Amino acid sequence: MQEKEVIIVGAGPAGLMAAYKILEAGANVTLIDRNRNLGGQLIKQTHKFFGSEKQYASKRGIDIMNILIDKIKAYEDRLEILNETSVVGMYKDKVIACLKGDTFFKLKGKSIIVATGASEKSIPFENNDLPGVYAAGAVQTLMNEYGVKPGDKVVMVGSGNIGLIVSYQLLQAGVKVKALVEAAPKISGYLVHASKIQRLGVDIKTSTSIKKAIGKDSVEKVEIWDLDPTWQGIEGSEQILDVDTVCISVGLAPLTELMQQLGAEVRYIKELGGNVPVIDARYQTTVKGVYACGDVVGIEEASSAMVEGKITGLNVLEDLGYNVLDSRQALKAYHEELKFLRDGPHASKVRSGYLKRGMLT
Amino acid sequence: MIEKNGIAAIELYKQEFPEDENTLLKPKAIIECYKEIPCNPCETSCPFDAIHVGEDINARPQIDFDKCTGCGICAYSCPGLAISIRALDKESDKAEMKFPYEFIPRPTKGQMINIVDRAGKKLTKGKVLNVIDKPRQNKTALIHIEMDKKYLYDAATVEVII
Repeated sequence: MQEKEVIIVGAGPAGLMAAYKILEAGANVTLIDRNRNLGGQLIKQTHKFFGSEKQYASKRGIDIMNILIDKIKAYEDRLEILNETSVVGMYKDKVIACLKGDTFFKLKGKSIIVATGASEKSIPFENNDLPGVYAAGAVQTLMNEYGVKPGDKVVMVGSGNIGLIVSYQLLQAGVKVKALVEAAPKISGYLVHASKIQRLGVDIKTSTSIKKAIGKDSVEKVEIWDLDPTWQGIEGSEQILDVDTVCISVGLAPLTELMQQLGAEVRYIKELGGNVPVIDARYQTTVKGVYACGDVVGIEEASSAMVEGKITGLNVLEDLGYNVLDSRQALKAYHEELKFLRDGPHASKVRSGYLKRGMLT
Repeated sequence: MIEKNGIAAIELYKQEFPEDENTLLKPKAIIECYKEIPCNPCETSCPFDAIHVGEDINARPQIDFDKCTGCGICAYSCPGLAISIRALDKESDKAEMKFPYEFIPRPTKGQMINIVDRAGKKLTKGKVLNVIDKPRQNKTALIHIEMDKKYLYDAATVEVII
């Protein structure tokens, strides 16, 4: 079994940034991702990012991905990339089991960083298994990564940033977005994103939900209805929408399976998206030498994931005995960045999640 | 109501315009960023130090109309596409607007185009004076249009050309 210095599982914004920090300091990284392309969800983020210059604000997600990939490829001699490789097992002695195609192999790491990200949640409604019902992120992958149009007329379910942004990107692809429905009484994502699609003719309906999808072999129509203040559908308020595609964007759940298999302590914190690994302020899990960062420790924006990647990278280097110049000051500055990213009214959920975690920075 | 449907009410967006309409005899940036989000490219992109967000990047941007030249850099730098440049013509009954546009095909210079309000409802037709689409804008074009003066406040964007 091959021994590696640092193994990073997941090459999204958190994993890439952690890899960069570690490579920059002179250590070796084995970066594993189940997809062919590195970058995680950044590859399909065609919009300009929020944040400050430190998190590449105003650059498009896909451009940020290329910046990060260029950064790590500058250290090619110490970087091993295992793409199209799934990590299928993780054990307390820091051994991981991998599957690449039909080949099964094990690796052992001195340190491991788990940056597996999240998966999309769904909601129950009649016929939600009809072809034409998609998760919004899946639609974004189809459109922006593979150039496949998911349908012609869409209803978006959910007004978080993903629902709002994917609606905009559907419009850019020439797809009609008939309506965006949101069960809550208020839009949950950034208002600037909502205004952007509303002025382009997307009808945003709050206190409204999908009742059922209608169709024989695929979605032909959708029934929506108004919700009362107790979130119950109001009989008689049903409306039929002429759409062939339903996009579900109702939140993300951290991908913590590996953490659970490892035996790292996992805790349910609703505000962070569900089951999340218990971590300390250094982003170390309850298994020594195994770290976690990015959406797997709590659902946030990619900008926060990148900062967490930097913090985790520096802490792993400290464990391995690398002397990084001004490491302490850098860590302090990164924690400060996170504080500002988590400071606005939109981050109140994340803040209460971190309060429960006892590590509000 | 903006929190329910994304449509800013007239009282809300009028606050973002200069109090004295004569200020708009020169082009000025109108920033429609109504809720605190962690974001500051408007401030960092402005070459004239006319936009202030501050150390806490969640603060809403404040603009100094005396410093703003209406150059439009903030309008294509804003990730929320929440900034437009507006002006009144001294000698005619026309207003002008530059706004970010991320659709293909782009409108063409001289084209008559449907102008819509913040709810996406058609207001009037306007003339495309220019399409600014330089590499540094990274695919966010600025469309410069001319329209009747009475739409100065209500115009939001144009109908997407198919």
